[in-house]
Amino acid sequence: MALCGALLIWTLVPVYNMLLIALDPDEGETEFTGTLFPDEPSLNSFRAVVSQDYWYLEHFWQQFANSFYVGLATMALTVAIASLAAFAIGRMRLTRVRVLTNTALIIYAIPSALLAIPFIRLAQRYGLSDNIWAVIAAEVMFAIPFAVLVLQQYATIIPMELDEAARIDGASPWQVYLRIYLPLTAPALAAVGTYALLLAWGEYLYQYLLLSSERNWTVAVAIEQFFDADEAPWNYMMALAIIYSLPPIAVFYALRRYMAAGLTMGAVKG
Amino acid sequence: MSTQQVLGLRRVAIARRRPPRWHVHLHGSELAWALAFVVPYAAVFLLFAAYPIAYAIWMGSDPALYRELFDDPHYLEAAANTALFAGFAANIMMFAALLLSGFFMRRRWWIKAMLVVAMLPWALPAIPAYVSFHWMLIGDYGFLDSALWNLFGIDGPHWFNKRWLALAANMIAYIWKWLPFWTLIFLAGRMAIPQELHEAAAIDGASGYRRFLHITVPLLTNLYLISTALATVWIVGDFTASELVSGGAPSRTTEVLTTLSIHYAFDRSQPALGVAAALSALPVLIPIVVILMRRIERREVQL
Repeated sequence: MALCGALLIWTLVPVYNMLLIALDPDEGETEFTGTLFPDEPSLNSFRAVVSQDYWYLEHFWQQFANSFYVGLATMALTVAIASLAAFAIGRMRLTRVRVLTNTALIIYAIPSALLAIPFIRLAQRYGLSDNIWAVIAAEVMFAIPFAVLVLQQYATIIPMELDEAARIDGASPWQVYLRIYLPLTAPALAAVGTYALLLAWGEYLYQYLLLSSERNWTVAVAIEQFFDADEAPWNYMMALAIIYSLPPIAVFYALRRYMAAGLTMGAVKG
Repeated sequence: MSTQQVLGLRRVAIARRRPPRWHVHLHGSELAWALAFVVPYAAVFLLFAAYPIAYAIWMGSDPALYRELFDDPHYLEAAANTALFAGFAANIMMFAALLLSGFFMRRRWWIKAMLVVAMLPWALPAIPAYVSFHWMLIGDYGFLDSALWNLFGIDGPHWFNKRWLALAANMIAYIWKWLPFWTLIFLAGRMAIPQELHEAAAIDGASGYRRFLHITVPLLTNLYLISTALATVWIVGDFTASELVSGGAPSRTTEVLTTLSIHYAFDRSQPALGVAAALSALPVLIPIVVILMRRIERREVQL
């Protein structure tokens, strides 16, 4: 019981702290008064965010849409590319390519900061500077190796006889992929799709470095800009951070069965 | 609702079965199809991963860069911080996750409810989490020091004024964010252990502690080692925690290699030096990764 209480406090205090700051009623500059409960809790900061009523928040809805765009595009591309590759490698036994998939896992070992510097140079060379597609490319690159791994693992529980029978009946590999592989791996596809979506939504370094104009920013970058100011309204920043956290939390808890199954099965990238 | 249903972990055990190989070689149109299916993946890998990696190695290939690095006290400090961060945070986090996973194995409704709550840090994106830690620990009026003062009359420390405290704050924030994930991994590992083993041992009169020592520990060792290695690698590569929680405070003494590398590149306009700082971690990382991949490969990537 004591452990339970400690765990609750440990888990919830940082979350409570976010609410505490966001509910501060001050306009503009926020004073830290050292209270444990907001004196006059106010939803003013949330109002300011959704009505874009501050110059840091001018493009909030545009940036929110950008975050969704990056997340959904990363999800779609990751699922499409990874499932094709996993099908070819796992089901069609393109064994030599396994070397490639294993090499790709090395990406996980390389500090993202190491890759960030050359990646920005390359984005410029590919003509993608300040372009949201450069961010999508980076997120897909990070999401794919793990997605392939999970899909390959999952597909081992589907009997090969299904593929065999379809091939004998004259189905092309494309039809096997479309009619048999995709429907049967749907739970794993949901897992890697969610994983890619959350990864792209929460990633911050590449979005911060690759996107320079406010219209192209994602919410992650918009939160970061508050740190650059000395007297920024922290309650607005926290309100923004809370609103930014809601979609991934909703997705996570709605799909947590798939998430946990998929991610623990492949052992693992958070 | 069982814990397995809560987490959907049942498939972990099922996935262990592997079908025999039917095709050994591919021919003609089969091969063409298979290759076509792999092309997008290979293209992404080559264009956006292999090329930048090669470019990074080329950028950081001048030995003079490393002389410059080793002459910079900030670099040496950042390297030490990275090692401390990885050494402490990875081990504390793994041990805590192992113990917590045992707690969550118990089949009571309120423990299952706790698990749902305890997953929250994992669901929360990293930026809000670390920003919250930053504001919770800052100055006299951060939530933590206020709570210590109001509830217990303790005058809390200035977390970001001392290097060790600030470093600890970064570690605690990182552990907070990732502990649920590793707990879940160990929970899955424990669930994959057949219940019969525990029952048989219990019938033979083994206590809970002895069952843990002689059944759980040997069967989880491999998973534990893999996870610790993986966590170490990820911690070395983590940018966000150190950047947002302490932000290098006090006076850039809590930087790690990744934040230093980005600051070299973008604040001091020395991208080659930045790449070199990041590359300098590879002699430590690559052996860990090679061992890791061998272990994973051998075990068919299962828990």
